[in-house]
Amino acid sequence: MVIYGVALLAGCMLAGVFIGELLGDWIGVDANVGGVGIAMLLLVLATARLRATGRLRPVSERGVTFWSAIYIPVVVAMAASQNVVAAVRGGTAAVLAGLLAVVLSCALVPVLSRIGGESPPPLPGTEGKGGVR
Amino acid sequence: MSQVLALMAEVMGRYGLITAFVVVGLTVWVSYQLSARLTRGQLHGSAIAIMLGLLAAYLGGLATGGARGVADLEIFAGIGLMGGAMLRDFSIIATAFGVNTGELARAGVSGVVSLFVGVIVSFVIGAVVAYAFGYTDPVSMTTIGAGAATYIVGPVTGAAIGATSDVVALSIAAGLVKSMLVMAGTPFVAPLIGLNNPRAAMIYGGLMGTTSGVAGGLAATDERLVPYGAMTATFYTGLGCLLGPSVIFVSIRAIMG
Repeated sequence: MVIYGVALLAGCMLAGVFIGELLGDWIGVDANVGGVGIAMLLLVLATARLRATGRLRPVSERGVTFWSAIYIPVVVAMAASQNVVAAVRGGTAAVLAGLLAVVLSCALVPVLSRIGGESPPPLPGTEGKGGVR
Repeated sequence: MSQVLALMAEVMGRYGLITAFVVVGLTVWVSYQLSARLTRGQLHGSAIAIMLGLLAAYLGGLATGGARGVADLEIFAGIGLMGGAMLRDFSIIATAFGVNTGELARAGVSGVVSLFVGVIVSFVIGAVVAYAFGYTDPVSMTTIGAGAATYIVGPVTGAAIGATSDVVALSIAAGLVKSMLVMAGTPFVAPLIGLNNPRAAMIYGGLMGTTSGVAGGLAATDERLVPYGAMTATFYTGLGCLLGPSVIFVSIRAIMG
């Protein structure tokens, strides 16, 4: 049933965010440390396990893939509810700090990509990809 | 007529999330039409949709004076729910379904390295810019540096080391600028920096760190890269909040005497 997939996804999210809060508490930081990333790892591990034992039916998978497909529209809604005015009005210092941080970080991507040997090949059919399914 | 409009506004307000689905759906459709007709698909529809979203957020912010873009308009309140942290993180996690675990493990080391490099580089740049603009005390330099990391690290660090409220506001603004630049600019820089494979996406997420920026920017570039970038970016804010008020603040104080 579709709800099994949704429940699995939601369970991974709750567990991951909870672990992230615990981690933050332990190291004394007022923030969630990697909760979403941990939830992603849990989802990957859980689905691999369930698939291997044949307990993840395609119908249940739809409960996860739907939310994955709705991701871009959610991001569009996120963009529409950002505090753009504050960013624009931040003044020269704010704009410069943000801009330079982005530019230099971008420049470091090819440098760090060399760690661990040759870069992996681009994903197939990158042209015209991306976007809403 | 005005009564009909008022009634419609009331329905849209009451069914906020449903209204958001319609409005966002239409925005995405228009964006894909623009992408196909005006740019012949060169600029992805999702990139245009995100830029339209930011533009709408700007206009909404001007109209209401609020901090949540169009979501501060009553009839579009549901967009705030749809694009809020809960549903955003829920759908980001869902994108992990179908990631290549081998790729994840192979890129692990460079992902971790990129996180530390990203946090430190952003702090240094923010602190240097702060210094150039006359904020020469270590507390202000660290706080503005923290803002150049993300708009969450900024206020958290500022509160921890006792920055003044105008410096905290400046650090938040710096973080917002970064987030929006990453959201709108990623598809344009992606071909220049080899951002077309899972490992580069993990490194990008670790270097940029702004979850909303990376989530939006990679979606506009290639949807399949999203889980890899989001995976590392989600650790960045925590790491920044850990290093900012401690190691980085102490270092900046030592350098500034």
